[in-house]
Amino acid sequence: MVGVRHLYVHLPFCAHRCGYCDFVTIVGRAGEHGRYVDALAVELDLERQSLSPCLDTVFLGGGTPTFTEPGALRRVLRLVPPADELTVEANPETVTPELAQLLREEGVMRVSLGAQSFRPHLLAILERAAGPDDVRRAFYHLRDAGFDNISLDLIYGIPGQSPADLQADIDEALALGPEHLSCYELEAKRGTRFTHAHGVELERQAEALEGYFEAVVDRLIAAGYRWYETANFCRAPSADGGRDLRSRHNLAYWLGRDYLGVGIGAVSTVRGRRWRNTPRLPVYLKALGRGDRPPREVEELAADVRRRERLILGLRLDEPFEVEEAAGAIDLAALARLERLGLVVRPSTRAGDALSLTRRGRLLGGGVTAELLA
Amino acid sequence: MQQDRIRNFSIIAHIDHGKSTLADRILELTETVSGREMREQLLDSMDLERERGITIKAQAVRVTWKGHQLNLIDTPGHVDFTYEVSRSLQACEGAVLVVDAAQGVEAQTVANAYLAIENDLELLPVVNKIDLPQADPDKAAKELADLIGGDPRDVLRVSAKTGDGVDEILDAVIKRIPAPAGNADAPPRALIFDSSYDQYRGVVAFVRAVDGVFETRERLLAMAQGTRFEAEELGFFSPTMRAADTLVAGEVGYVITGLKDVSRLRVGDTLTSVGRPASEPLPGYKDVKPMVFAGLFPTDSDDYPDLRDALERLKLNDAALVYEPETSQALGFGFRCGFLGLLHMEIVRERLEREFDLDLLVTAPNVAYRVRTTDGAEVEVHNPAEMPAEIEQVDEPYIRASVIVPKEYVGPVMELCTERRGRFDHMEYLSEDRVVLIYELPLAEVVVDYYDQLKSRTRGYASFDYDIIGFREGDLVRLDVLIAGESVDALSLILHRGSAYGRGRALVDKLREEIPRQLFDVPVQAAIGSRVIARETIKAKRKDVLAKCYGGDITRKRKLLEKQKAGKKRMKQVGAVEVPQEAFLAVLNLDEGR
Repeated sequence: MVGVRHLYVHLPFCAHRCGYCDFVTIVGRAGEHGRYVDALAVELDLERQSLSPCLDTVFLGGGTPTFTEPGALRRVLRLVPPADELTVEANPETVTPELAQLLREEGVMRVSLGAQSFRPHLLAILERAAGPDDVRRAFYHLRDAGFDNISLDLIYGIPGQSPADLQADIDEALALGPEHLSCYELEAKRGTRFTHAHGVELERQAEALEGYFEAVVDRLIAAGYRWYETANFCRAPSADGGRDLRSRHNLAYWLGRDYLGVGIGAVSTVRGRRWRNTPRLPVYLKALGRGDRPPREVEELAADVRRRERLILGLRLDEPFEVEEAAGAIDLAALARLERLGLVVRPSTRAGDALSLTRRGRLLGGGVTAELLA
Repeated sequence: MQQDRIRNFSIIAHIDHGKSTLADRILELTETVSGREMREQLLDSMDLERERGITIKAQAVRVTWKGHQLNLIDTPGHVDFTYEVSRSLQACEGAVLVVDAAQGVEAQTVANAYLAIENDLELLPVVNKIDLPQADPDKAAKELADLIGGDPRDVLRVSAKTGDGVDEILDAVIKRIPAPAGNADAPPRALIFDSSYDQYRGVVAFVRAVDGVFETRERLLAMAQGTRFEAEELGFFSPTMRAADTLVAGEVGYVITGLKDVSRLRVGDTLTSVGRPASEPLPGYKDVKPMVFAGLFPTDSDDYPDLRDALERLKLNDAALVYEPETSQALGFGFRCGFLGLLHMEIVRERLEREFDLDLLVTAPNVAYRVRTTDGAEVEVHNPAEMPAEIEQVDEPYIRASVIVPKEYVGPVMELCTERRGRFDHMEYLSEDRVVLIYELPLAEVVVDYYDQLKSRTRGYASFDYDIIGFREGDLVRLDVLIAGESVDALSLILHRGSAYGRGRALVDKLREEIPRQLFDVPVQAAIGSRVIARETIKAKRKDVLAKCYGGDITRKRKLLEKQKAGKKRMKQVGAVEVPQEAFLAVLNLDEGR
C-alpha cells in the first residue's frame, strides 16, 4: 500500500494569542516545549507505518513554530522524515539570523512569514508583535541565510484599513520580491475577542472592503504573480527560471491527496477517513506519555462527501477541474446557468469534460461553488 | 301561541355597549334561567350539549314575560355581515337600540339603526350603563333621539349590569313593538335568518315562521336554492334546545335539516312545505358574494394539506367563505379565498392560525373587479394575476362609509378619505361635538390599512361602518413586479393609476433591500403593461470567497458551502434569482407601513 506523502506538524506555542486567531494555540507553558516534542516523536512513531518512507512535503505550522524553543524546534526538524518540500511558518519577530541559520541547517526549504501588514496601526489592531521593520528584517535574515523560496502572508480587510493602506501593503510586499504570497481576507469569526471589539466597524466598512480582493488580485497579477489558488499567488515560472513556486504541501490539500497531521488539534485525512487530534495539550501529552494515540474526533467521509470536497477544493485552483472527479456532485442546471452568466467555462482537456472559473467566477468562487453543489 | 301574544325583537348596539349583558339580564328577569345559577347552568348545559355532540349556539332565545312569548334574536356583530344582520332584523318587528351612556352614538349604532329603519322595525331606544361615573345619559339620549327622530323623553335609561330598568324594556317590548302579522292559514313560509353546522345533526337553520304551520318530519323546500330536506326536528331555544311539534306563524325557532353542507341552505332564503308550497318566496333574498380576496399560503409548503383540511372545516360553518386552489411561482401552493369583507378575512385568518395552528402567508387583499375586455367579454377578476391584458373598462366595488368622530377630527378624516379617492357625500352633527361623515369610497381603498389609519389619525376616537353600494368604473391598472425580467405573480396588484407610481417605487425599493445580492446584477422593476415605472438594480456581489482553506478546516468549509446551498434551495426561485420568503413577506407587509 502506498503510504501518505504529506505530513503536517502542529507547533502550537505562541508568545501572544492575536485577537483574530482561531487556530489551536498555546500561550505560556514555556517549560513544556520539550515535553511536547517528546510527544510528537511518539505520535510520529505510532503513525510511521502509514507514512511513505520518503515524503513529498512536510509543513510545520502553528501557533508560531519559530517561537518554539530552538533546541526543541531542531529536534522536530530532525524527527520528520525527509521530504521534497519542507516548509516552516515563522513570525517576523522570531526570525533572528541564528534562527534562519538553524532552519537552513536542518533542511528547511521554504519559509512562510506571517507579515500580515506593513502598516503600524493595522498591525496594532491585529495585535501583532512585529512592526513593519521587523517584517523586512526577518525577510532579509532569511534571504541572508540562503532561502530562495519565501512566502509572505498578508491580511486585508482590517478594520480601519483604507484603500491607500491596502495599496501600501501590497507595494511593501512586492518590494521584497517574495516567491509566494498568501493574501487572506480577515475572517472575523463569531465569538472571537476580535469580532467583539471590531465587528461593528467591519460591518460599517463591508461595502468598501468588497473591492479589496479584486484590488489584490489585479495588483499581484500585474506584478507577474500567478493567482493559482483563491488566496495564493506565486511568481510565475517565466519570472523565476521555470520553477513551480506553488506550495506543494497546500496543493496536496486542494487536490484531495491524503495527508497526516500530528500534534494537538492536527487534522489527518487518510483513505476516506478524517480525524482531528484533541486540541487539549494536557490530554495530548498524557496519552502520548503512555504511548497511546491521542483522543480523536473521527469523521468518515462517504463517497459523495468526498466528491463534493473534490469540487469545493478543486474550484479554488486556476487549473481546470475534471468533472469526472466530482461526478454526481454537480448541479447541472446550475452549471448551465453559471456558464450563461460567464462565471464558469468548460474547456476541453485531454481527460475530457472540465470546468474552469472565469476571473469573475473566481472572485465569486464561494457562491459559484455553493450553486454548483448538487 | 296566538300571534298577538308574540313579540320578536333584537338588541342592536355598537360593540361593548352592553348587548350581551342586557341579554343575560333579560334571561334572568324572565326566569328563563335563575340569576345565581345562570352562568353555571349555561356552562352545564353547554357541557351537556358537548356530550351529546351538539355545539349549536342559540341564535334566538324564547322567554316568557307577562303572558307573552318574546323571541330575542341575536345579530352578528359586524359590518361584513350586514346582509346577515339585515336578515336577522327582518325576522323581528322591533329592536332595542342600545347606546352606552358614556360613549354615545357610534358608527355601528348608526348603521344598525338605519338597517332597522329600512326593515320597518319599531325602535326602542335605550341608554345603558347609567351607573357609570362618567355616564352622561342626557347627552346620549339626545343623540339617540336625534338619530331616530324621536323624543329624548322616550329613551329608556337602564343599567344592564345592575338590572335597573330592564323590566321597563320588557314592558316596552310588549307595549310598543307590534305583534307579528302573518297569515296562520296560508301555506307555510319561514325566513332563514341564520344557520349553523353541527357534526352530528348537520345544518341547523334558524327561522322565523311568517305564515302557516311547520310540522316535524315534513318535507321542506328552500325556495331560492331549491334544496329539499326533511325537517328532522323543530324547536326553539329556552335557553337550551327544546324540541316542538310545530312552528307556527309569528314564532321563531330552529329546524334540524340533516343537510351536510351549509352552502345548501343560505341565509335569506324562504322555507316552505314541499306538500303545501307557498307560491311566492319572502322578499329580499340575495346571494351574497365575496368582495375581498387574498391568497393564503402556508409558510411551510408541507402544511398545504393541513390548510386545505382547515378551510374545508371552516367552510362547513361559514357559507360566505369561498376558496379555490392557487399556485404561485413565488409562494407555492395555496388558496385564493374570498371574504365578505376585511373583518371576515381577519376572522378566517385568525381561526386558521389559532384553531388549526397554521403559519400563513397572506397576500395583499384585493377586491372583486368586473372587467370588460376590448373584445366585449365580461369577466369578474379575483386575482391580479388573472387581469386580462386588453381592457376596455374595469369596475370596482364602492362603499358608503359612515365615520363618526369628535368634530376636531373632521379635518384628518376628510384628508384620509380624499387620499383614498373618497367622494364626500354629507356630514351631520350628532350632537354639539360629534359628527357623522358620509363618504363614498372604493372598497379597494379601505381593504388595506384604512381602519388603522382612521384610528391613528383620530387618536382612536373614530368609529367606522360601511355598506357596499355597487360597482363603478375606475381608472385602474395592473402593476407587475419584475425581478430580473420575470414577473412575480404574487406581487401583482390592481390599483388606481394615480397611486401606481408611488406604490411601484415603494415595492421596488423594498425588494432591493430584501433580496440578497446575487452573483449577477438583478434589475427589479415595477411595470404597468410594458411600461416600466420604477427600477432599481441589486448590484452583483464583487466577491464571495471563503478566504482560506487548508487541511485543518476542509470539513468546516464544506459544511458552510453545503449549508449555503441548502439555504438557496429553501429560497423561492424567480428565474435565476433566489428570493428569500422574507422578501415576499416584507413586500406584502408594505401596506402596514403605508
